[in-house]
Amino acid sequence: MSDVILQANNLVKIYTQRSGRFGFSSTQVKALDDVSIALKTGSTLAVVGESGSGKSTLARCLLQLHPFDSGEVFFQGQDLARLEGQSLREVRKHLQMVFQDPFASLNPRMKVSEIVGEGLLIHKLGSVEEQKEKVHQMLERVGLEVTDAQKYPHQFSGGQRQRIGIARALVLAPKVVVCDEPVSALDVSVQAQILLLLKELQREMNLSYIFISHDLRVVRHIADEMVVMNQGRIVEQGKVADIYNAPQQPYTQQLLNAIPGRKAA
Amino acid sequence: MEEILNIQNLSIAPRNMPSRLLVNNVSLTLLAGKTTCIVGESGSGKSLTALSVMGLLSSQLQAKGSIRFQGQELTSLDNKAMQTIRGAKIGMIFQEPMTSLNPVLTVGYQIGEALTAHLGLKGASLKLRVESLLQQVGIPIERANSYPDELSGGQRQRVMIAMSIACEPALLIADEPTTALDVTVQAQILQLLDELKTRMNMAMLFITHDFGVVADIADDVIVMFRGEIVETGTKNEVLKKPKHPYTKALLDCVPDAEGKKLLKPIDYAWLGNAA
Repeated sequence: MSDVILQANNLVKIYTQRSGRFGFSSTQVKALDDVSIALKTGSTLAVVGESGSGKSTLARCLLQLHPFDSGEVFFQGQDLARLEGQSLREVRKHLQMVFQDPFASLNPRMKVSEIVGEGLLIHKLGSVEEQKEKVHQMLERVGLEVTDAQKYPHQFSGGQRQRIGIARALVLAPKVVVCDEPVSALDVSVQAQILLLLKELQREMNLSYIFISHDLRVVRHIADEMVVMNQGRIVEQGKVADIYNAPQQPYTQQLLNAIPGRKAA
Repeated sequence: MEEILNIQNLSIAPRNMPSRLLVNNVSLTLLAGKTTCIVGESGSGKSLTALSVMGLLSSQLQAKGSIRFQGQELTSLDNKAMQTIRGAKIGMIFQEPMTSLNPVLTVGYQIGEALTAHLGLKGASLKLRVESLLQQVGIPIERANSYPDELSGGQRQRVMIAMSIACEPALLIADEPTTALDVTVQAQILQLLDELKTRMNMAMLFITHDFGVVADIADDVIVMFRGEIVETGTKNEVLKKPKHPYTKALLDCVPDAEGKKLLKPIDYAWLGNAA
């Protein structure tokens, strides 16, 4: 198991909702019900499911952005749930996230250089000059220009903003990146650019991705392994090629059959 | 086959910048019982084309050209005359079922509004018609008394469809009606629209950016790029034997479910020379 970089065992996350007349009673929703996954170094694990299946909750619990009720998350052998304060911050450097909506996830009042450089500043990595140099290198690496560092998010298109979001996540040279629907707000041509960029960066920087998506065509293209979630539970998991060729569970079959254009092809 | 809509040389530009054409010289014909998909990226002019048919363009935009619906010229109609057509003979479904329904009115009332306004239905006959519409789109009739927030996304889109077909329009315009939905729900909605189109012999103008959806629902396909139509043809012609370099490039960007294809982003610089 030495090549597993991030592992979650038996995660449970319960949300309590008010219900009934005047909200006097409450119901419990199991957003994650005994979920276990393992991410191998340098590979991509896709989490697939429909809205409400718990895939985004899983992402947030993995990064300790949400507390979970029981279970454990190991990153390079360390149990993240036991870390707090400075030691958790130390580990967080290696765990980064790329968000879905490139319009909502960038602070409109910050310049691109500040957005991308903020992580370096917080983790006090290098001198001011070195940080600036690193931000410029990262921008060029994701296909932007050095002069873009002085601009604000609204001056960019959706695809360019997603590149900024990727630069922000990767500037700290993380080991694991959680991508929460990173291309679903983009046009297909831009989507193709971003998917290729993510793949290139993965090879270069030996990144491991958790890739959350509802688009099964995108998953087929980018992921090595996948888990299918429904109502907080993992329905099926395995190699992407195996599951697409021979889905075992009825729910997975149903999802795959619903891929638009599949019948006609 | 009966011609329902005929657009000739439609151009749309901002009033204060008439030289900047957002839609450039678009011509198309829609036939009864056929689904025509307009495919393109954001900014290609596909939604503007649809909105101009409905007479819903922003007042800051100016449209030129001819839009004939069942032989009647729409561009010369005033707002009052347009209102007798919009919602009655031409129905429209929008992308976001959340934002296009009124949250403080029951869905039954909202479906009934068009029937009262255009056909003068009231009381028991209105109730009967609303229930029949709910049945047609696959929603239990008790749901007529529900509010939009009590329904799921797919059910809301079904309500939108019920509203748009309430007066049995000859033309249904659907602007990305399944983009906000889960895949399994999307498949159901596409099937429902296809059934309704066939049964009511409607012409359907279906706007999408997803070639998978095109493969499922289209008879004919129109590809738009930067305000212009670059290719038209039957579904098989456009998807299997695309002629225009932009159509080919756009198809090369779409990941396939088999994972065999290598993705190739569009090289717009190269396209500029080739096109």
